[in-house]
Amino acid sequence: MAKIKLKPKAKKGVIKVKAIVKHPMETGLRKDKKGNPIPANHIDHLTVTHNGNKVVDADIGAAVSKDPYFQFQVPGAKGDEITLAYKDNNGGTGSATAKSK
Amino acid sequence: MKRRLFLKSAMASSAVATAVGAGLLTPKMVFAASDAFTATSKAAVSAAAGASEGTFKFKAPKIAENGAVVPVSVDASNLDNVTNISFLVQTNNTPLAASFNFAGALGFVSTRIKMGKTSPVTAVVTSGGAVSALTNEIKVTVGGCGG
Repeated sequence: MAKIKLKPKAKKGVIKVKAIVKHPMETGLRKDKKGNPIPANHIDHLTVTHNGNKVVDADIGAAVSKDPYFQFQVPGAKGDEITLAYKDNNGGTGSATAKSK
Repeated sequence: MKRRLFLKSAMASSAVATAVGAGLLTPKMVFAASDAFTATSKAAVSAAAGASEGTFKFKAPKIAENGAVVPVSVDASNLDNVTNISFLVQTNNTPLAASFNFAGALGFVSTRIKMGKTSPVTAVVTSGGAVSALTNEIKVTVGGCGG
């Protein structure tokens, strides 16, 4: 569905995980030109796993910006596998996996 | 008017995008937060009310040029056993912007949030069972919800 740019980079035992998820993140409060409310369509839950272990579990609200950017830090090393997965309020999902550089 | 809307939505039954026809969507569904999230938001606001002053770093701009994209970050790596970092935008309809639970990752998070107008933004960190918070006021020149 939506694309995810995931860039984990390890440095001194810590992996900096930077991610941008392409997602409209509609709050449900905006109106289109006719005055009809645009339905809410935003990520509501996100997880980050490191080598298969869940390290971040986040509840995301409609107040997070469009095409949300996230940055996390996970203890780890080059070559470790990071997976970011999300679910939105309409049941849509997406995920991406990348090996840390 | 209602009949027209009903007919419109009867034709466009499946795809969510076309369901903008509004007849099928109750106001509750259209509004931003789900019930579960609103409950989480209320809990976060009360937790923040009782929080002690944080010793972590909460970075946010003093003036946000664009309320739709306000970068905020918390570096709580000086605290042990950080289990949660949450952001509350006090004047937004649902104050909780996001709540990150950590189980192995370091107490650090950076993201971009939407703000409707100038507001104090609170970062709440739960570490080792204790809750601490820091608030920064962020001025917004252009509102973040497209309204």
